[in-house]
Amino acid sequence: MSAFSVDSSGSFQHLIDTVLFDYTVNTLLVIAGVLLLSFCFALPSAWFIACCDFPSRSILQWALMLPLAIPPYIVAIVYTDLFDFSGPIQGFLREFMHWQSVHDYYFPDIRTINGAILVLSLTLYPYLYLLLRGAFLGQSGGLFQAARSLGLSPFQAFKRVSFPLARSSMAVGLSLIAMETLGDFATVNYFAVHTLTTAVYDTWLELGSLTTAAKISSIMLLALVILISLESYSRRKQKTYQRSGATHTDLRFVLTHGKKWGVLTFLWSLLFFSFILPLSVLIYYALGYFSESLNTQLWQYTLNSFWLAIIVASLALLLALLLNFYQRLAPGILSKMTIRLSSLGYAVPGTVIAIGVLIPFTSLDLWLNRQLVEFGFSRVGLIFSGSLFILVFGYLMRFSAIAVGSIESSLAQVSPTLDLASRSLGQNVGQTIRRVNLPLIKKGMLTAFILVFIEAMKELPTALLLRPFNFETLATYVYQFVSDEMIEYAALPALLIVLMGLIPFIVVNRLLEKDC
Amino acid sequence: MPIKKIFTHSAALLALTATSFSTLAQEVNIYSFRQAFLIEPIMEKFTQETDIKVNILFAKQGLIERIKREGELSPADLVLTTDISRLVKLTSQDLTQAVHSEVLNKNIPSQYRDPDNQWFALTTRVRNIYSSSERVGAVKDITYQDLASPEFKGKICTRSGKHPYNVSLIASIIAHEGEAKAKVWLEGVKANLARKPQGNDRAQVKAVKDGLCDYALGNNYYLGKMLANPKQVSWAEAVSINFPNQKTTGSHVNVSGVVLAKYAPNKENAIKLMEFLSSDVAQKMYAEVNYEYPVKVSVQPSKLVASWGTFKADTLPLAEIAKQHEAAVKLLDEVKFDL
Repeated sequence: MSAFSVDSSGSFQHLIDTVLFDYTVNTLLVIAGVLLLSFCFALPSAWFIACCDFPSRSILQWALMLPLAIPPYIVAIVYTDLFDFSGPIQGFLREFMHWQSVHDYYFPDIRTINGAILVLSLTLYPYLYLLLRGAFLGQSGGLFQAARSLGLSPFQAFKRVSFPLARSSMAVGLSLIAMETLGDFATVNYFAVHTLTTAVYDTWLELGSLTTAAKISSIMLLALVILISLESYSRRKQKTYQRSGATHTDLRFVLTHGKKWGVLTFLWSLLFFSFILPLSVLIYYALGYFSESLNTQLWQYTLNSFWLAIIVASLALLLALLLNFYQRLAPGILSKMTIRLSSLGYAVPGTVIAIGVLIPFTSLDLWLNRQLVEFGFSRVGLIFSGSLFILVFGYLMRFSAIAVGSIESSLAQVSPTLDLASRSLGQNVGQTIRRVNLPLIKKGMLTAFILVFIEAMKELPTALLLRPFNFETLATYVYQFVSDEMIEYAALPALLIVLMGLIPFIVVNRLLEKDC
Repeated sequence: MPIKKIFTHSAALLALTATSFSTLAQEVNIYSFRQAFLIEPIMEKFTQETDIKVNILFAKQGLIERIKREGELSPADLVLTTDISRLVKLTSQDLTQAVHSEVLNKNIPSQYRDPDNQWFALTTRVRNIYSSSERVGAVKDITYQDLASPEFKGKICTRSGKHPYNVSLIASIIAHEGEAKAKVWLEGVKANLARKPQGNDRAQVKAVKDGLCDYALGNNYYLGKMLANPKQVSWAEAVSINFPNQKTTGSHVNVSGVVLAKYAPNKENAIKLMEFLSSDVAQKMYAEVNYEYPVKVSVQPSKLVASWGTFKADTLPLAEIAKQHEAAVKLLDEVKFDL
């Protein structure tokens, strides 16, 4: 520890002496809780959707991804409004039970660590669901049938065949969720839970110690990298490749009565609490305050958000492809490290990323301008750090992890023997990628694109701090009101964020359907 | 020569693609810690009168870092803050420049200006103690110190201690009584909290209405804002507003204020705007629209605010209080106030 306590202002020592332990415990609790709960939401739903047949399955299979389109901080506010003392739920209970005051009954407090875990899990489970469903669908039904015919019960077959085969997807999904949880400051803070991220903010922005803030950030990231590496080390000998296209509609379990209702209740409740309920509240407010919140700029903000998200999603996809093919063609420590490093931004809170990218680009701008002046030209101003360039760059830093992860997991399913076959048939590297690999990972590419698009639509802190003058996104506009807990006025633009996020879902679903 | 030509062209092109801030157009750029919609009416008035366009960039955190990194190229002319600590921080990090203006000196009393003319307060706001009208009524003699006494156990609500408004209050207690006494006091307040610090100032008033607590810390203008909001008016009606420490040091007063950025590209326009913000017209709008106290002596607070009565304000210079900001933040960690 002595290496760490040497510090400009002793603020790291101050943290150790005071709140660091509590913050660490809270951080671990939040992450563990969110991972566990998301797992409980995602694993059963992914398996039911992939392997069972029941009414409304075709709706649920894409609807269960919808919660991704709602920003977690909005869900946090909606849930607090609904479940706190003066909210409708407790109000109804009081009326119904003739309770008078807060002292007459017990109701779990929503603004606690449990509330934070619940809301984060409800908004983040779709990452895991998406990846697991893909993994289960990709598994050839034959394997499962073989296990069954060898005398395993459905559960045993699941445990010993399907589950291990899905492990890499599960690891990617869980680490995405863990990173997003670490990087989420707004939601956790709204629930009055203080984590290591709070310490990063306090030391940097209040106590002015960049070194301490950087230290805490790096310790957090290091812990995460170690965890992820341990996981991938633990299955280093496991290599599984799938032939895709082996759809097995006929092999789905047709659920009998009791089981059918059980599954339907589970899936529809999940969808209700994660999407339908918060969306309905937003619609209710948006209608009630429609005239107050409708204005001419709203359309401009929508366009800004949309184009920004399109640009970021395309670039992130490109970056992910480059990194992943680099790793595939030149496997080794270096390429592996590059991939891991490129992903870390997702675990860093937006404000920290924002200031982090400001530092090099403002330096570059300052250098460039001084050079220009030296050579007798006039200044050009902050062409990198004062323009949309830095905003796009900041978003990329933050979200490329999602694209890299989904390409990684879908490329992992493509057996290298296919590459070898292609090469031995005289195709060069480029041709192999274009004609063999890319078509096989098309779904993964579309997924990467949508996920980044949706995250970019929702992103707040990076945009808030890096945007140029007179550039608002829907999220920054929403924040003005939300930061004063005036959700009513923000409901319409918040609803627009959700609706814009749904567009690529629909488009991509169409594309995929045509494909099949 | 062609190389130089290419260079010029590409530089020009880059300048075009960037959101460049030409000095030809009449405009002024603001980095604001305040929500844009709160100050827009005032800025619109300024644009009407002067034809100078006002660009506002709002964020609650990180703007000081941004302006510092941007250095001599920063497009910001002015920074608007909602508390004293950021005014002092901007000044102490050498991100500001002095403004010598007769108008500002005339409009803003000296205790609300930096002695070196680096920062200027525009409005003042009191850190009040709200009390439940129904359960305790108005408590005219209450002090901040009372909040730590055992009879208030389980009766107090507040937002996060780390919020600038609370940090500044704690800093003022440190400035008055020293760090050791302030720590005992803060521990006492923490022990009396009805719930973990959460939400904003309005949410505390709502909690009083809901019966979760009897006393809440909050700035004065929120009461006016809540009375004007159909959904929140019932919260506001459930509380009495009290001005603490009337028989002792006086109520803690914070300020919202403005600095001229060190490298302001539109300096002249920026000073015009600063002067406008201290003028009767703008000060009146601050008072009427946002329920703050104008710094300009001749401008009256709004009728509603005036109806809460006059009060004695803490006379300790704001700069002295701001000096204790860091100590206050650390004290909050030591007593684990928010945890």
